[in-house]
Amino acid sequence: MSAVAEAVDAGRSLFRTHRARAAGPANADTETPKPQWRLAVRAFSRDKIAVASLIVLLLIALAAIFAPLLTPYSPTAGDPVDRLAGVGTDGHFLGLDGQGRDIWTRLLYGGRNSLTVAVVPVLVVFPLALMIGLFAGFQRSRAGETLMRVLDVLFAFPLVLLAIALSAVLGAGLGNVMLAIGITLIPYMARVAYTATVQESSKDYVEAARAYGANPVLLMFRELMPNVIVQLLVYATTLCGLMIVVASGLSFLGVGVIPPTPDWGIMTADGKNVLLEGIYHVATIPGLLILVVSLAFNLIGDGVRDALDPRKQTS
Amino acid sequence: MTRVIGSRLFSTLLVLFGVSLIVFLLLQMVPGDPAVTILGSGATADAVAALRTQLGLDRSLPVQFFDYLGGLLHGDLGRSLTVNAPVTDIMVPRFANTLILTGAALVLCIVVAIPLGVIAAHKQYSIFDRASMMITLAGASVPVYWFGLLLIGIFAITLGWLPTSGMYNPRFPGGGGDLLAHLVLPAIAAALVPLAVIARMTRSVMIDILQQDYIRTLRASGLSTSSVLWRHALRNALPPIVNIIGLQVGYLLGGVVFVEVVFGWPGLGQQLYTSITQRDIPVVQAGVLFIALAFVIINLFADVAVGLLDPRTRRKAGQ
Repeated sequence: MSAVAEAVDAGRSLFRTHRARAAGPANADTETPKPQWRLAVRAFSRDKIAVASLIVLLLIALAAIFAPLLTPYSPTAGDPVDRLAGVGTDGHFLGLDGQGRDIWTRLLYGGRNSLTVAVVPVLVVFPLALMIGLFAGFQRSRAGETLMRVLDVLFAFPLVLLAIALSAVLGAGLGNVMLAIGITLIPYMARVAYTATVQESSKDYVEAARAYGANPVLLMFRELMPNVIVQLLVYATTLCGLMIVVASGLSFLGVGVIPPTPDWGIMTADGKNVLLEGIYHVATIPGLLILVVSLAFNLIGDGVRDALDPRKQTS
Repeated sequence: MTRVIGSRLFSTLLVLFGVSLIVFLLLQMVPGDPAVTILGSGATADAVAALRTQLGLDRSLPVQFFDYLGGLLHGDLGRSLTVNAPVTDIMVPRFANTLILTGAALVLCIVVAIPLGVIAAHKQYSIFDRASMMITLAGASVPVYWFGLLLIGIFAITLGWLPTSGMYNPRFPGGGGDLLAHLVLPAIAAALVPLAVIARMTRSVMIDILQQDYIRTLRASGLSTSSVLWRHALRNALPPIVNIIGLQVGYLLGGVVFVEVVFGWPGLGQQLYTSITQRDIPVVQAGVLFIALAFVIINLFADVAVGLLDPRTRRKAGQ
């Protein structure tokens, strides 16, 4: 073990004994990474609502991935004879849309696009935001602070509006929507990573490690980063829930995924046109699915947050 | 207090400068040459060059930006590419319509969400608390466009109580009553998500406050429950609630685009939608700018209100 790592460990053990005395033996171990993860996983698995949400989400994702196995129909070619047939039609249990396409089939294939467009930008921006937050929050250099100030200006635009404006100028299409959503997310995720880093940096174990002369780069990546990642992860899960609504909304407005490619937002927009004729199933079913997925992400986010809260972990 | 407002005004000006820069850059992100877009791909090189000079596109970017900024300060947002009219003339009346809709939605949010949150906190873990928190949790995840369609389907088409779209009856445009009938559904649709978030926030802030010592003291000294709840506890819960309301206005103003499209409300959002499909970028720019402006100004008011409500933030910011 290098001298630097020893110093860091010394700093941490110093902190741990300090905490142990302050909070009693029950909480003494929550600061070390491994048991904390295990405790968190155990706490999460005991949260029935969060686990149920996770299962629902996984089932929806699997259904989207294995769409061809679950339906004999094509998502884009319809049969105009039966167009707008309602829920419970023979062979089409969720009915058909205005072009006679099977709604169940379009939901399955549409899930591929709707989920991708919502989740991929969050995953891509995650490491970027983490680096920005760590860089600006730990060293508190002038460059970092300036970067955060610049990103702050983007908060003047409502999130949904910025996504719409960016998609509008970039043009519709799967790649452009993801780019637009990704750019929109940078200030939000970077802000969370920044705040987490600043909070974490002021804790005793970091101060102690600094006092011992620990290598700041190692300290940042080995000690701070895991704790910042955890906080960003909770936020990212909730963001996925919002992004499924926003991304489908962009498609609903016609600046997202391009028809006839199926997408839950496009399907809702298709239903809007026949709604005035009193035909509801075309618009309501895909929208309901967006709600279910969004709610599931939010509940999982709540579950992860609670599971990581030492006060709510019981061993 | 005036010093706080002054420094806050200054930072708002900086933000507005940044906002106009970003809105200006939006136009630069559009692929292709705007002059070619206007004239069509069949235009001669001379015609394109002439239009570029006329539009000022042949100058350097910073010069173009300060020219744009100067125009902004004079209320000149350029000309629409599709309608032969200045953008300002198109957008100002629509902005007023959007403010009517968002104003109504905001009032609805405040009037419903705060009492809901206070009562839920007061009766924590009761059936009322659990039910309202379940509903608001689901409400916070609802796609606005879908909820709007649902409202139209139920209340306008099936029940026939309210009109499906627009702002006034096209054949017999009436006064306030007609406007109100057209306003109900879109206002509810726009209010849902912020309402849910504000109610949940109010509840959690109130729960924290109700556990504090001074509340117990007030109760012990014989004050009525309603006085403790509404006069003393809520008074101290207001600063964070006002903050979150200010931020939720952002969601309201973004979501209003969907609501206006669904309900055919002739506001900024609907114009934004039309202009996006026509790729009329100056109008899109103006729409984004107006909404960001409204958001920034409302949050300035929210900050000042928090300062008035909570003397502690005033001192901190003044130092």
